[in-house]
Amino acid sequence: MREVVVIGCGMTKFGELWKKSLRDIFVEAALKAIDDAGVDHIDSMYVGAMTPGLFVGQEHISALMADYLGVAPIPAMRVESACCSSGMALRLGLFEISSGHSDVILVGGVEKMNDGADATFALATAADQEYEVYQGVTFPGLYALIARAHMHRYGTTREQLAAVSVKNHHNGAMNPNAQFQREVTLEQVMNATLVADPLTVLDSSPVSDGAACVVLTSVDFAKQLKVPLVKILGSGAATDTLALHSREDITALKAVKVSGEVAYKMAGVKPSDIDVAEVHDCFSIAEICVIEELGFTEKGKGGPFTEQGNTALEGKIPVNPSGGLKSKGHPVGATGIAQVVEVVEQLRGKAGTRQVKNAKIGLTQNMGGSGASSVTHIFQII
Amino acid sequence: MPSPRYHREMPQRYRLEAAKCKKCGKSFFPPRLVCAACGSKGFDKTKLSETGTIVSYTIIRVAPADFATQVPYAIAIVESDNGVRLTTQVVDCKPEDLEIGKKVKFVFRKLYTEGQTGIICYGYKAVLV
Ligand SMILES: [Zn+2]
Repeated sequence: MREVVVIGCGMTKFGELWKKSLRDIFVEAALKAIDDAGVDHIDSMYVGAMTPGLFVGQEHISALMADYLGVAPIPAMRVESACCSSGMALRLGLFEISSGHSDVILVGGVEKMNDGADATFALATAADQEYEVYQGVTFPGLYALIARAHMHRYGTTREQLAAVSVKNHHNGAMNPNAQFQREVTLEQVMNATLVADPLTVLDSSPVSDGAACVVLTSVDFAKQLKVPLVKILGSGAATDTLALHSREDITALKAVKVSGEVAYKMAGVKPSDIDVAEVHDCFSIAEICVIEELGFTEKGKGGPFTEQGNTALEGKIPVNPSGGLKSKGHPVGATGIAQVVEVVEQLRGKAGTRQVKNAKIGLTQNMGGSGASSVTHIFQII
Repeated sequence: MPSPRYHREMPQRYRLEAAKCKKCGKSFFPPRLVCAACGSKGFDKTKLSETGTIVSYTIIRVAPADFATQVPYAIAIVESDNGVRLTTQVVDCKPEDLEIGKKVKFVFRKLYTEGQTGIICYGYKAVLV
């Protein structure tokens, strides 16, 4: 098995990109990543997207993107796993290079959510259509059910949930690619319009357009290139019941826990070795549950751990220096690779004012639905 | 929702039909072909208990188009008295009446009118007891 490195990354600004199409934003991110890597070709590509069919009426985007990127007839494949589509796509790129089948691969993600579709309906298709959505559940609703149970069982407070959003907006204010480059206060988060009690609009990631891409190659192939090398040390993926109600403990995200354990084992590192993490904070409660499952803190302690500043830029384990899904934006299919873009920039020491000091080992965690799928990757600058 | 798809789910939505694993005794709603607990493939038909307990709840304030006229409405995960959980609306109550641990019973109600075809979609909801 060959060792695999990330040699290039690029992303569009996230936000309401009215003037750009689905294909435009993907090609923009892909060109940036290819240029950053300094390669003259790619052998194949993977494109993560949740539901371009519902958002803009376009399926078969693998071939579309290869066509508009000008790289046909190379193989291209779309990968779908709801909001962790592109995180899962990265695994396929990793395996294709480590197997020796290809030398240079582009892995990207894209979503265009602001072209007039019913985003609440489209996102809800990641839940159980017949037994959750049929009853009128929404995605904020599912995470609200988790939040209420977490507060009831562990004493997590409304303020602790809000602390996640405050921290992520603070970081996002320093990210030129973020959708919301501004700070919010605890009071603003708690007093914002309720979406699904106890979660407000400021506990929730926005509806976004955006794309992100990385270029992968083998360590051997990379020797001829003059770029910093970020090695993929570990990759783990896992699944759980699609319906939240089918889980024994609705505050536990078992797929996140397993995907983390597999990635840690493959990488030969433990949670305390991680210098910087980008995790799936689609809602404030999600970040609290995820940092527990990844072992940054004990189960049930994610609220106080966040409130005490441990996940801040200068904290014990900086989480979501990019601003996270909350502030940077969450074009669902693009999110997994956008997390990788941030971690690569952090490990290269090129993250500007939001740079985490001495970051050598980074982690990304991306999940689909209410946690029915999760993928974790661990990276190291070499 | 296309009518074959609606029709297929009627035993669950109208009568709370579930499946009980012949080998390990665990019940599933809706029925499955493979037991998620023991991997066995033999099931007996059973029915959910008509009462249960609220595991968690929320009030939906932003809904998809089919439910937009109903907001705000309460959604809960309920554990039926025979140990099977489902997601359901809780109706005929005020949001502040809801609490984790409160008892409910399932009732047969209209859920929504399907947008394009106007099919009236029925199923279970819960009320506080
Ligand atoms: Zn069984």
